[in-house]
Amino acid sequence: MEVSLTVNGRAVTSDVEPRTLLVHFIREHLRLTGTHVGCETGYCGACTVHVDGKAVKSCTMFAVQADGADILTIEGVANDDVLHPVQEGFWERHGLQCGFCTPGMIMSSIALLEANRTPTETEIRHGIEGNLCRCTGYHNIVRSVQYAAAVMRGEEPPPPDWET
Amino acid sequence: MYPRPFEYVRAGSVEEALDLKSKTGGRFIAGGHSLLPMMKIRVTSPETLVDIGRLDDLRGISANGGFTIGALTTHSMVASEGGNGFPAALKEAAGMIGDPQVRNRGTVGGNVAHADPASDLPTVFAALGATMTATSKGGTRDIGAADFFTGLFESALNDDELLTAIEVGSEGGGRGSAYAKLFNPASRYAVAGACAVVDLDGDGTCTSCTVAVGGLTPKATVLGSLASAVVGSRITEATAEAAGQAARAEVGDDVMGDVYAGVEYRRDMLGVFVARALTAAASRAV
Repeated sequence: MEVSLTVNGRAVTSDVEPRTLLVHFIREHLRLTGTHVGCETGYCGACTVHVDGKAVKSCTMFAVQADGADILTIEGVANDDVLHPVQEGFWERHGLQCGFCTPGMIMSSIALLEANRTPTETEIRHGIEGNLCRCTGYHNIVRSVQYAAAVMRGEEPPPPDWET
Repeated sequence: MYPRPFEYVRAGSVEEALDLKSKTGGRFIAGGHSLLPMMKIRVTSPETLVDIGRLDDLRGISANGGFTIGALTTHSMVASEGGNGFPAALKEAAGMIGDPQVRNRGTVGGNVAHADPASDLPTVFAALGATMTATSKGGTRDIGAADFFTGLFESALNDDELLTAIEVGSEGGGRGSAYAKLFNPASRYAVAGACAVVDLDGDGTCTSCTVAVGGLTPKATVLGSLASAVVGSRITEATAEAAGQAARAEVGDDVMGDVYAGVEYRRDMLGVFVARALTAAASRAV
């Protein structure tokens, strides 16, 4: 069945089996492999992308359901060579270790900050509760999002933990 | 994990959805957050999916004395509903479902039609005495929440019906509600969940009380014995605890355990969460 959608600003049309999950469409048809497949059950959030501006788990949606939608994946968040503030935050505050959960974490964090530029630590932790990280214990991820929030507000980010 | 192959058709109207369903014998899919995971593990393998996700008329909440919630309204829309008098328990429960991504796609109608005993909204709708509207080619039929949930993953919906809306009353004027649950930390489904709706008079004396429970019972269940523990008194720590005890006694052996939480533990926790829901509902009854 033919689907047409916009991915990272680019119009794409493809013929898919109805059972093709959106994440497999993104990875295998479009070869955008930054979106990860973690658990395939809907728990881990590694496959998080934005569909019409909202964070969703692309393993829990069929590609045919996304026909006509505007999709943003991790490949589309940087502005050419300039990292998105959330990507910059994960870089500056060591928000990753193995990096497997990172694309999904970043997509959820961007959605959180689009809706709320001044999240409390609790709001950040709830905002990323659909994303599992098995390395970091989340501490530096929260710091990364706080860094990004400050940058997006046009403020100086708080100093890193290791300098305070 | 791929589901078995299926045919996919998309409906442009409720009428077309009902037609496609009767022609194909397929299943409706809205957000797909209950159905799709079950298809992936092949617990269910419909031959046809009738996508109702574009029926925008069914999405949204309207106030009309009470509130009518379109079946395609997402959990995140309910959780951010700011309407005056919108039931606090419903808003609260919707915000506790899954996680932000799940709430963005999962729909109220899909959740309710799925009738998962571990889900939150059935418990809340049972306590609120909500009315479900089922639409078929013959017209619409109203089903009270108490009659809607008939068993484990079973509802009173007929094969030729589509759940199109859910109606709830408004709050305020001495009425308050709350939902509290112990959740499984991985799935966020309720291990034991309780929703309380109370009316208080000017002195803070409880004049009516409805408590429904879920998560541990095969279906969302209104507990009839709690009113006597609460009505006629103020809701203090002692009355809330007594209600919790009554809840434990009333569910009795009608409790499902699993590898994560056994029967006794769930029943004990139910008492705790009934008491919490009652206390919170009373604090909101202004």
